[in-house]
Amino acid sequence: MHLSLPLLLSVSLFGIGVYGLLVRRNAILVLMSVELMLNGVNVSLVAFDVFWAEALRAGQSLAIFVITIAAAEIGLGLAILLLLYRMRGSIAIDEATDLREDAA
Amino acid sequence: MSDRSLLSPTGVDVVFALLGAVAAASALMVVTTRQIVHAALWLVVSLGAVAGCYLVLTAEFVAWMQVLIYLGAVVVLLLFGMMLTRAPIGPSDDLTGTNRLVAFFASVAVTAVLGVLVVDAFGSTMIDVSGEPSSAAVMGEALFRYWVLPFEALSVLLLSALVGAIALSKPDEGA
Repeated sequence: MHLSLPLLLSVSLFGIGVYGLLVRRNAILVLMSVELMLNGVNVSLVAFDVFWAEALRAGQSLAIFVITIAAAEIGLGLAILLLLYRMRGSIAIDEATDLREDAA
Repeated sequence: MSDRSLLSPTGVDVVFALLGAVAAASALMVVTTRQIVHAALWLVVSLGAVAGCYLVLTAEFVAWMQVLIYLGAVVVLLLFGMMLTRAPIGPSDDLTGTNRLVAFFASVAVTAVLGVLVVDAFGSTMIDVSGEPSSAAVMGEALFRYWVLPFEALSVLLLSALVGAIALSKPDEGA
């Protein structure tokens, strides 16, 4: 099987995630785009693991670590979002401007 | 998506390309749909297709972890988050910002640079997916023989994420 197939899938998932990250206003959709980018990275990790095929299984172990970290990130991210929603009544990310320099 | 590198497609290539096309197309739906709940359901399709790709790549344990953690836990958490923030039911226009063109060009640039790099570096490399699938036994041995320290560090990370989430979602005291 061609190594470039999984790598191209990984690249397209990452690019789609970048688009969603930049274009979405709703913070939950931004979190979903981050998940897509992490999945893209995971696909390439697994593909390179199969390519090298060594005893350490480095790629697949790192993919599992990334999945774990993504789960932790989603939990914390949603807790922060719920706090934001309780404080402001909205989770549109372009309305959370408290830390901006010019208070416009 | 990947026609330019299909010099001699085998059955595995075709299956992987189909699964990858499903994953990429539903990922596109995730970032473009105007209904927020549909985005979560398309995310299920995309992550499930990626799990199928892992199975084709003989990464059996990672595929089941993907199904358990992403499809089982993360998507449910996201749906709960939507429910608790009173996400709009039905199509709504304010899910997407106004900088659509900039975002489009930025993501096309990222995809093009990475894609050209990958095809240039590994365009003719083949991998062998006929070997033994890395089952839970194989991965468990690798994890607990070579990766114990990062594994334990991750458990501490998960604990601190848990404590942090609880601390954040406690009813505000003194704030």
